[in-house]
Amino acid sequence: MYAFTYHRPASAADAAALALKHTDGKILAGGQSLVQAMKLRLASPSDIIDLGTAKDLVGISQKGNQITIGAMTRHAAVEQSAEVKQLIPALADLAGGIGDRQVRHMGTLGGALANNDPAACYPAAVLGLGATIQTNKRTIAADDFFKGLYETALESSEIITAVTFPAAKRAAYIKFKNPASRFALVGVFVAQMDQGVRLAVTGAASCVFRVPEMEKALGAAFTPESIAKIHVSADDLNSDLHAAADYRAHLITVMAKRAVSKALGQ
Amino acid sequence: MNAPLIGARVARKEDYRFLTGAGQYTDDVNLPHQTYAAFVRSPHAHAKLKRIQTSKAKQHPGVLAIFTGEDMQVGSLPCGWLITDVHGQPMKEPPHPPLAQGKVRHVGDQVAVVIAETLSAARDAAELVEVEYEVLPAVIDMAKATAAGAPAIHDAAPDNTCYVWALGDQSACDEAFKKAAHVTRLNLVNNRLIPNAIEPRAVNGSYSRGDDSYTLYVSSQNPHVERLLMTAFVLGLPEHKVRVVAPDVGGGFGSKIYLYAEDVVVTWASKQIGGRPVKWTGDRSESFLSDAHGRDHITQAELALDKDGKFLALRVHTTANMGAYLSTFASCIPTILYATLLAGQYATPAIYCEVKAVFTNTAPVDAYRGAGRPEAAYVVERIVETAARELKIDPAELRRRNFVRNFPYQTPVALTYDTGDFQATLDGAIQLSDVAGFAQRRKASEAAGKLRGLGYAAYIEACGLAPSNIAGALGARAGLFEAGEVRVHPTGSVTVFTGSHSHGQGHETTFAQVVADRLGMPIENVDIVHGDTSKVVFGMGTYGSRSLSVGGTAIVKALDKIIAKGKKIAAHLMEAAEADIDYDSGVFKVSGTDKQKTFGEVAFAAYVPHNYPLDKLEPGLNENAFYDPTNFTYPSGTYICEVEVDPDTGTVRVDRFTAVDDFGKIVNPMIVEGQVHGGVTQGIGQALLEGCHYDTETGQLITGSFMDYAMPRAEDVPSYALATRETPCTHNPLGVKGCGEAGAIGAPAALMNAITDALSIYGIQDLPMPASPQTVWKAIRAAQQKAA
Ligand SMILES: Cc1cc2nc3c(=O)[nH]c(=O)nc-3n(C[C@H](O)[C@H](O)[C@H](O)COP(=O)(O)OP(=O)(O)OC[C@H]3O[C@@H](n4cnc5c(N)ncnc54)[C@H](O)[C@@H]3O)c2cc1C
Repeated sequence: MYAFTYHRPASAADAAALALKHTDGKILAGGQSLVQAMKLRLASPSDIIDLGTAKDLVGISQKGNQITIGAMTRHAAVEQSAEVKQLIPALADLAGGIGDRQVRHMGTLGGALANNDPAACYPAAVLGLGATIQTNKRTIAADDFFKGLYETALESSEIITAVTFPAAKRAAYIKFKNPASRFALVGVFVAQMDQGVRLAVTGAASCVFRVPEMEKALGAAFTPESIAKIHVSADDLNSDLHAAADYRAHLITVMAKRAVSKALGQ
Repeated sequence: MNAPLIGARVARKEDYRFLTGAGQYTDDVNLPHQTYAAFVRSPHAHAKLKRIQTSKAKQHPGVLAIFTGEDMQVGSLPCGWLITDVHGQPMKEPPHPPLAQGKVRHVGDQVAVVIAETLSAARDAAELVEVEYEVLPAVIDMAKATAAGAPAIHDAAPDNTCYVWALGDQSACDEAFKKAAHVTRLNLVNNRLIPNAIEPRAVNGSYSRGDDSYTLYVSSQNPHVERLLMTAFVLGLPEHKVRVVAPDVGGGFGSKIYLYAEDVVVTWASKQIGGRPVKWTGDRSESFLSDAHGRDHITQAELALDKDGKFLALRVHTTANMGAYLSTFASCIPTILYATLLAGQYATPAIYCEVKAVFTNTAPVDAYRGAGRPEAAYVVERIVETAARELKIDPAELRRRNFVRNFPYQTPVALTYDTGDFQATLDGAIQLSDVAGFAQRRKASEAAGKLRGLGYAAYIEACGLAPSNIAGALGARAGLFEAGEVRVHPTGSVTVFTGSHSHGQGHETTFAQVVADRLGMPIENVDIVHGDTSKVVFGMGTYGSRSLSVGGTAIVKALDKIIAKGKKIAAHLMEAAEADIDYDSGVFKVSGTDKQKTFGEVAFAAYVPHNYPLDKLEPGLNENAFYDPTNFTYPSGTYICEVEVDPDTGTVRVDRFTAVDDFGKIVNPMIVEGQVHGGVTQGIGQALLEGCHYDTETGQLITGSFMDYAMPRAEDVPSYALATRETPCTHNPLGVKGCGEAGAIGAPAALMNAITDALSIYGIQDLPMPASPQTVWKAIRAAQQKAA
């Protein structure tokens, strides 16, 4: 790790001001990605702005058919939240499958989204449910947020403050784990919403993506069989030691079917 | 009096310390005026060192010194085992300098060391060291290492071959194959593994100007061997001027047996900087790159059988990876500890094994839990199971037809098995795992769209390393005895010093049980000390499941001397003849009378010798013993594994794992179970998850972190069904055989036999390890495409 200056802002606004001032600095949330990169000397921020002291970024609140989760809310809090479990159980289930107990007590929703790791779980739920990301500047729709490999619509020094998730009629997440990292080798989030079905895939490509063909078929009939013959092309998928693109392509269909079954309570 | 301690589930004495964070590991050792080392490591697999510029780095604040290979002209890191090749020539032993001399040979090779006031200053400066490399083509793929035109890694081995070595009677084997009714052939890869002890390697070395001595704290499995190799071979220091302490060690699995470059460099560097201690704790990335790796064999095996399924001969050709340099015991692993085990549990009359050891531009490869014996068990048990399938004989039945049944048994590959009851462990495992119910369980799996398979592995291993004369005849450059010392204090409590080293095995408890049982005293009165050359008389350390059988026996021998002397003292105190004194349950008695003296009274008399036969007997009660075993010990057992395969994803789930082991006499069943749990889990790791991969062109380590290198976790393994059968070892007084490596030896074959059984409906005979989901899925898809 290289030396850096450490800041403890009291609020999101203070953090934003610090971020604006220290352009070579970094926001620190749960540190489960950033600290590792720093320890490996792959990241060398001049300043660390620790959101851990910004009280206004934590919490889960329900408003009608929506749940808003503060950016600094830990995965474990989402996993255990009565509101989330009741309104969007698939989201609590997803949070409970991230990393291990220690990681879930440190890692945050905002950090996971800002980081946009291609194998992370949360992006699948955010895109799959069509959630909205609130920042200190604006509101961004999930469909406009995830831009590419570790890339998002966030401007430099823009801070995620909360995410609002609409409830689904039915939803489920299935993660096929990378044998080593236990991140998603292929993760599929499927949600039957009032406006139609959304299906998002993480882990398979450089960035989370939707599969319109499957969404359409599921819109017509929300059964595993209706997507059994739909295959995502391997062309744009990742290949690595644990899964070549063709295997990932195959897994997408298998996991999508299983996610639908799970959403149906089968 | 007391309940017997041998065979009791005594809770571990060390648990409180470890579970409450009170352990003292090398990194916990912080010395006054300590400095920190950071290594500059090669980013290339194979390159010439053109120029090293340290001037910029030296100016970095806090930097005390920077040393390169040019500065550090010392001896080579030695290899402890000389293999003589098929032509009677010694193996090729290219130099292994602690800091690279002129050339780097694997990614992570040490190029320079920076010593600084703080760790971050050392690391910052290490990044400022400018090294100019001339990159050379790398040799990564073992199969290509010896091809014509392959670049030579060492001048001393122009064809990248360390040795070609053979064991067994080749012509007898060839003759048997001519007469065979059936021949089973199998090509096997034993995948390369990275040990990954929880505690990374660490060392804190210091030189004292006051008495011209060195003290080295190091995360090691054998401090005396570390000292011997370092002083005698590399640094040329007087052995008595060096103290090596291996305090609490967080796992070794073989990887901490060896003398590593970093240990030597910091010890040497401390003197160069005037005696301030130099500390280095490897980080996980350095562990991946620079710890000695394990396994890495390519094998062709052939088994000849007669028409009744009796084994006639086994012929094996293996290529073994040594990596870029010969690590401390590298050369004996794929030879002495491998080929000698190819008889397995069977009375195969003819066996021939040829081993070619090659250099590649990868980290050195050496012993890893099991060391050669897992590779042997894998060959034997995979080919036996495959033969059974080809001949449509029940795999348990085929094994039964070929078991060794009469002991002692001389194998055609140089070992003499003293005891065993292979039928008993096989039958026990069949019963415990409910093989009878398998067909039913298979149906249930199939109804759920899954495939179920069952696989056996009946392993044997040679442990208790080793009779020094035999080892010496085979090329060992060290003895393999063990030392023990029993110090009875005036008030009767006991401190025992052992040359074995505990790094997770629980010696402080097991050894104390042995001592307390023999002396008939509460276990609380016994402490075990290990891991410090200034306290322990000598030691060869812990590996090869040798601690209890060799180290424990040395302690028993010392205890015998204590009791013998105690009898003399007691005889004097009670005015009886020495021959009339019995010792039992902590009391010396004059037989046939009610006269007695407790152990404590005798100990007190020895240290306060007012009424004592000083004319005939020295005061004090402290005895040493060295013990050199007369044979190896031969733990054996049968493992049965049941897996369920999801054909849609290729995922293998281990549903049941049964282990019935014969470890001889068992001192602490709970600790033994823990050892089996760990070993089996590592075996499952090898078979399902772990695999070290280098880029075959550049030699970059692809699996250089836990993001890519898959370790087994609790969720990957079932609750194991364990049992033991005891045929006591005949040649040590405890009757013990050793249990530390068995799990890792037997499990991979059982697993792969189960997986290939599940996949047999596709005609799949073999799969490479690890049988990852992708590997299984691809095999299924290829078989389906072939069928279509
Ligand atoms: C062992 C391990 C296993 C894991 N397994 C999984 C898994 O299975 N699935 C999964 O999805 N994830 C997994 N993770 C990732 C983890 O769950 C976190 O989600 C992730 O590390 C990012 O969250 P964080 O709070 O730790 O962010 P940090 O590491 O603190 O920050 C990550 C990045 O986001 C930026 N950032 C953080 N908060 C904000 C904000 N509010 N606004 C703007 N930018 C911000 C930071 O500047 C930084 O660039 C794992 C992590 C570990 C260490």
